[in-house]
Amino acid sequence: MAGTLPGQFAMVWVPGVGELPMSVMVAEGDRAAFTVRKHGVTSTGLHGLGPGDRIGVRGPFGNSFDVRAGRLLLAGGGTGLVPLMRLMSRLPPDTSVTMIMGARTREEVFFEDVSEGLLRGIPHEVIVCTDDGSYGRRGLVTDAVADALSKDAFDAVYSCGPELMMHGVMKLSRDAGVFAQASVERMMKCGTGICGSCCMGGELACVDGTVFEASRLLGNPEFGVCHRNKAGIIEPY
Amino acid sequence: MEPDLQTDVGPLHLERPAVLASGILGISLDIFGRVYGAGAGAVVSKSLSREPWEGYANPTVFEIGGGGWMNAVGLSNPGAANFAEMIRPNKSVPIIVSLVGSTEEEFEFMMSKFAGCSVAGYELNLSCPHVDKVGLEVGDDPDLVSRIVRVVKRSAPESVFAKVGLGTTDYQETVTAAIDAGADGITAINTIRAMAIDAELQRPILSHGIGGLSGTPIKPVALRCVYEISSRHDVPVMGCGGISSWEDAVEFMLAGASAVQLGSAVGDRWLEVFGEINSGIASYMQRKGVRSISEMVGAARNV
Repeated sequence: MAGTLPGQFAMVWVPGVGELPMSVMVAEGDRAAFTVRKHGVTSTGLHGLGPGDRIGVRGPFGNSFDVRAGRLLLAGGGTGLVPLMRLMSRLPPDTSVTMIMGARTREEVFFEDVSEGLLRGIPHEVIVCTDDGSYGRRGLVTDAVADALSKDAFDAVYSCGPELMMHGVMKLSRDAGVFAQASVERMMKCGTGICGSCCMGGELACVDGTVFEASRLLGNPEFGVCHRNKAGIIEPY
Repeated sequence: MEPDLQTDVGPLHLERPAVLASGILGISLDIFGRVYGAGAGAVVSKSLSREPWEGYANPTVFEIGGGGWMNAVGLSNPGAANFAEMIRPNKSVPIIVSLVGSTEEEFEFMMSKFAGCSVAGYELNLSCPHVDKVGLEVGDDPDLVSRIVRVVKRSAPESVFAKVGLGTTDYQETVTAAIDAGADGITAINTIRAMAIDAELQRPILSHGIGGLSGTPIKPVALRCVYEISSRHDVPVMGCGGISSWEDAVEFMLAGASAVQLGSAVGDRWLEVFGEINSGIASYMQRKGVRSISEMVGAARNV
């Protein structure tokens, strides 16, 4: 997994339980790390494992963020913050970063400290938004992104998190004329472009993405609108 | 003169001979358009059942090396009715609808859902190796095969293909039953029952344990089946199993296939594989002085 680029993912197998696509957070030498939120059967199964337990890992798969130098705006939420952490650990020189992260409440805020650590030594600002205002700024990530884009001239915007949030961030970036990319999530099985489960309109998240440019996303009839379940049936967001 | 890549598989006319196999990339009309645009002659849908199926838990699909793939997806699909609605706007892509089930009633019900859809043909999946009560269990029962083919043929003016595989009954009995019941052609073969075990974790990798092997490792077996079928019957055949290059495609044609289906090769080489195979076949035809695909079909049997 060494050399895994920001935004790439791996299929993580919890034997006897299931296999899930997960964004790679750390990959150095023969060690790699993922961040897992208890959500479904497989992620809960992974939480039940302890040191020394074995899992299977296939990958890395997919493309990666086109990380540019200059004034960068990052916007994420939930486990979507994982690829943004990887991105912040591989920044080019002459870069400054505004990191905007969202959570519902104070208890769900994580990676603020990790972000501060990764950005130490370069000009940066970390803005935490909570829906209920119990920590940081009250309100949505998209509101904070709109403020940031109106105040400063950014060179690039990178986003990962809930799809409706990314949809908002991509629209704001396009309207501001700033290069922007987001990493999308879909139901995945093979991870390698053969099963078709992760399709989003005419794109496959696993091999065409998971990272797409704003114009391509905003022109996709399903981005921010719907996704497919395990049977392939379209469900609205 | 440019070689002509058009081919007729019985009543099914294709502009190009390489077709997307069932189970691959098959649930979005936009993706179908993209595969067709990349050079496929037609696309076969995932196998559709009467009701939507979620399929098995992951791991369901992975590469085993050497161009081989293992899968036990469990025939996940949105169900015939949802799929029919999804392809209803289709105007330009030749879509072959794959159907799976275990009773005549199920097939009759599914066929009713496709009324008014632009469909190039139907393929009956009589050979999925990893789902109980459907697939190979149906293919292994020639009497049931002929009843299913009859009921589908009754409501389909389009071509109907029976997709056969290697089950416990001699697959030639399935082929004979399908032809006698009025099938327009045969697709051969499906994946072959197989499994993979992880030595470190000391357990089968597929959540279902047993699945189907596809890709390069099964090519000689599939080639043999196409040769046997077309030697014994005067029936159009679509060859399927490990085809990943123009040479493979030509070999299947020489064995008796009028068209070929690609699946695992798409996982290895992505959609470019269709264009590569088309142009490879065209150069081969030019070099050999062959003007049409039909001149090649079964040529290796006549020596």
